[in-house]
Amino acid sequence: MTAKPKVAFYWCSSCGGCEETVVDLAEAILDITEAVEIAFWPVALDYKRDHVDAMPDRSIAATFLNGAIRTEEQKEMARLLRQKSELLVAFGSCSHLGGIPGLANLFDRESVMRTVYLDSPSTANKAGVFPQTHYGDNGRTLSLPAFHNTVRTLDQVVEVDYYVPGCPPTPRILRTAIQTLLGGDRPAVGAVLAPDCALCEECPRKDTKPETLSIPEFKRPQDLLIDEQSCLLTQGLVCMGPATRAGCEASCIQGNMPCTGCGGPTSRVQEQGAKILSCLASLVESKEDAEIDQVLNTIPDPVGTFYRYALAASFLRRKTLPRVQVST
Amino acid sequence: MPEEEGQGLHQTRPEGAARTGFVNVQRRITIDPVTRLEGHGKIEIFLDEAGQVERAYFQVPELRGFEKFVQGRPAEDMPQITSRICGVCPTAHHMAATKALDNLYRVDPPPTAKIIRELVYNTFMAEDHTLHFYFLGGPDFVVGPDAPAAERNVLGVIGKVGVETGRKVIAMRRRWRELIALVAGKTVHPVFGLPGGVAKRVTPEMQRQFQEVAADGVEFAKFTLGLFKDVVLKNTDYVDLILSDLYTHRTYYMGLVDDHNRTNFYDGWIRVVTPEGKEWKKFASDQYLDNVAEHVEPWSYVKFCYLKQVGWKGFREGLESGIYSVAPLARLNVSDGMSTPLAQEAYDEYFSVLGGKPVHHTLANHWARLVELIHAAERMQELAADPRLTEPDIRILPTESPREGIGVVEAPRGTLIHHYQTDENGLIRKANLIVATQNNSARMAMSVEKAAKGLISGGDIPEGVLNRVEMAFRAYDPCHGCATHSLPGSMPLLVRVWDPRGQTLGMLRRDLDGKVRRE
Amino acid sequence: MRNRQLIHAPEPHEAFEPRIVAFFCNWCTYLAADLAGTSRMKYAPNVRVIRLMCSGRVDPQFVLDAFAQGADGVLIGGCHPGDCHYQEGNYKALRRYHLLQRVLRQMGIEDDRFRLEWISAAEGDHVRSVINDMVEKVRALGPLQLNGMTEDALEEVAV
Repeated sequence: MTAKPKVAFYWCSSCGGCEETVVDLAEAILDITEAVEIAFWPVALDYKRDHVDAMPDRSIAATFLNGAIRTEEQKEMARLLRQKSELLVAFGSCSHLGGIPGLANLFDRESVMRTVYLDSPSTANKAGVFPQTHYGDNGRTLSLPAFHNTVRTLDQVVEVDYYVPGCPPTPRILRTAIQTLLGGDRPAVGAVLAPDCALCEECPRKDTKPETLSIPEFKRPQDLLIDEQSCLLTQGLVCMGPATRAGCEASCIQGNMPCTGCGGPTSRVQEQGAKILSCLASLVESKEDAEIDQVLNTIPDPVGTFYRYALAASFLRRKTLPRVQVST
Repeated sequence: MPEEEGQGLHQTRPEGAARTGFVNVQRRITIDPVTRLEGHGKIEIFLDEAGQVERAYFQVPELRGFEKFVQGRPAEDMPQITSRICGVCPTAHHMAATKALDNLYRVDPPPTAKIIRELVYNTFMAEDHTLHFYFLGGPDFVVGPDAPAAERNVLGVIGKVGVETGRKVIAMRRRWRELIALVAGKTVHPVFGLPGGVAKRVTPEMQRQFQEVAADGVEFAKFTLGLFKDVVLKNTDYVDLILSDLYTHRTYYMGLVDDHNRTNFYDGWIRVVTPEGKEWKKFASDQYLDNVAEHVEPWSYVKFCYLKQVGWKGFREGLESGIYSVAPLARLNVSDGMSTPLAQEAYDEYFSVLGGKPVHHTLANHWARLVELIHAAERMQELAADPRLTEPDIRILPTESPREGIGVVEAPRGTLIHHYQTDENGLIRKANLIVATQNNSARMAMSVEKAAKGLISGGDIPEGVLNRVEMAFRAYDPCHGCATHSLPGSMPLLVRVWDPRGQTLGMLRRDLDGKVRRE
Repeated sequence: MRNRQLIHAPEPHEAFEPRIVAFFCNWCTYLAADLAGTSRMKYAPNVRVIRLMCSGRVDPQFVLDAFAQGADGVLIGGCHPGDCHYQEGNYKALRRYHLLQRVLRQMGIEDDRFRLEWISAAEGDHVRSVINDMVEKVRALGPLQLNGMTEDALEEVAV
């Protein structure tokens, strides 16, 4: 009797939401466990390095890895799991695009430390104590892992076979992804396992999207009572839908809030932020410098809005630091 | 001290090393491979010359820097950005952030908006407490603390309570979570919070669904408490464990209460009681800076909260030390009662059995959590029946210029504070987040050290010690997703024991799959 | 794998020659550059010109990719407002330019590294002065240091 293929889940710098998706498979998990041997809650393999090293290469059928890469250890585990897995799947926005932790790429490690341990108004730290990677306390040595200045996506560190998009991916997307990978007809390597069209296609408000749109000014969600029927772009809200891949059934729009882009772009786009920028800028009504500038003031944080999940995956990847760093 | 074969520290050693008694060991200190195991909670235990525990440290090894990278972001994005601090309790962050926005823009949401928010919030509390009891902390009791690790999980629970009950648990949780998405767009990382209200109306059809699930929810909560009483309270070993001094700390307690000093998860006054149970302070959320401070240690990324006016006196309990605790145990200690009838009954029974207020036994958190589960379910039912729920007036638009805002809720794991300062355009200049588990971090560190000291002696670490030490902090339902990325309760754990020469005498590791390994 | 090789900063003893990538529209600016050439106007050789049919064809991805691949500056040249061969294309370019400039600013890239100019077919002289001016401004700023970035080895640009 052939053994069922092994499927593993592993995480790096993540919030746990992707694990919740696995739990949210609820009763559907049983269909999946018919077909695979799942350790769906954390990982099926021993975390100990030597033990993983000793496993035959490619003996895990598929590893679903969520979370961004921000420490040396995470990078090493990603590499090791790549070696031991036939398929390595980036699961969720953080491993796919860097995710919200990727916004830390607008800063550096030192300024994070200062803000958290020194500048915080409730922190009493006159002595200027900072957590140390190595600390000696009366002859006892304690250590903490260091983290990189720059958050990276999984595929910036290892070759990735497939991506499961979303923050988190919906249970349906995950179910479909697992079925697709197990089935005989796998898409080309490098595919994102969700429909390859923009969210607008599956948006319940699609019919209210006009042929042409000209935006006199953008609105922030607190500026208006949001109509529950019409396209959010027509209401002046910044909706990432045009630059975001479908598959999530437009859940945010069903919550009457605009899409924020967690699914990442379609396959025809390299950088999601640049495309929504292009789209929204094109729609601005004005033709004059000063007026255009004024309208754009109504998008007060372009990077945080257009690149909320995908900063680490962008062309520039991070904000320039004052000093030159040449790093791997 | 003579060498000993078999169990204990001497089983494994670096190759080629001489086997000697540990007291006179002169060996090179090996630092690390521990740091390779990033993501594990780390407990480092140091022994003195007599083989007793001198000091134990519980280290939280990750930092993501939310307070930094939200700088420059529009404040209205905070409910959705901060929810990514934790995918298990995203609704808590979302709600605290939303309330901070109300405060920031100085808008008071219309009654319907508050009802919608509180309804969703209690639904979330119910499903989250259920997750913890059946999937995370509860298995310790339902299956038993000495049961093999492989059984101490939800599957073991299902084994104990039966498949049908198991399905009921999974289904109940799913139904609650689907309701959250119905109003809030998504269950994990909801979208509905806005300053002055919520984004979406509740229709009569949605209300009907809430009411149907709410009724089943109350029954389910009662059933769960009944299960706990049957399996745990009728078992004297478990009761002894709960009451044992090993898991007891006499600290201050903090939680939100309404105008009548009853527990409220969504809103209220922050109330603090002394280790003797007397009210020490009651203040509005915007006074938190006068009352709460954070201490930094160089050996952990998590900061340690304490009561500012009592002061930081080190990792000690008692009236003179500012260390306090939050979450179910604390919330019940802090409140004078519950505002819903079945929860009030459960509350009375809880204190009656445990010998009055306050209860200092950390493991009683599991029981207190179920009292709260009943309250969340009842509250959900009350709010779902409110005729104002379906009214159209769900938001007030801000008119004032933003500057500073504070929002506080009770997350499942404790008091959660979001504090923002913005420019006049509403972009975050500074954010301060006191995340629920942080309030408990000092007491957790103490719990770990106390358990280690109580369980390890003569340099011997028996197999069960890891779980017993872990029980000490798992009862807090620590959301190190808020400080790290680990799922609460299933946190991988590394325990290392050092002799006074700095040599590792042994290491136990509980990995992500639940297996305990010794090295 | 979406990865490129490391950017190497020039050695201290090397003089820095800015590398500018220019996207010129076929109908106006490119012709002007041609004119400058045939008129034997001398201007800084640091610019790599890419001809597009319209400044409105400039996808912000091109600009960002240029920076990511080692450009120290990016220039867009198009027809004057009202003169676009495709009516509205240059207005789209204008709007995108403004928004992209804000993104670049947030990413720590100085304003002078990204420039939009309206240059008509007859304005060969204008091409020269814009290029010379931009090269000097970028020279003063120094090479664009993109940290933790990866990029293909320096090729192509004849400086």
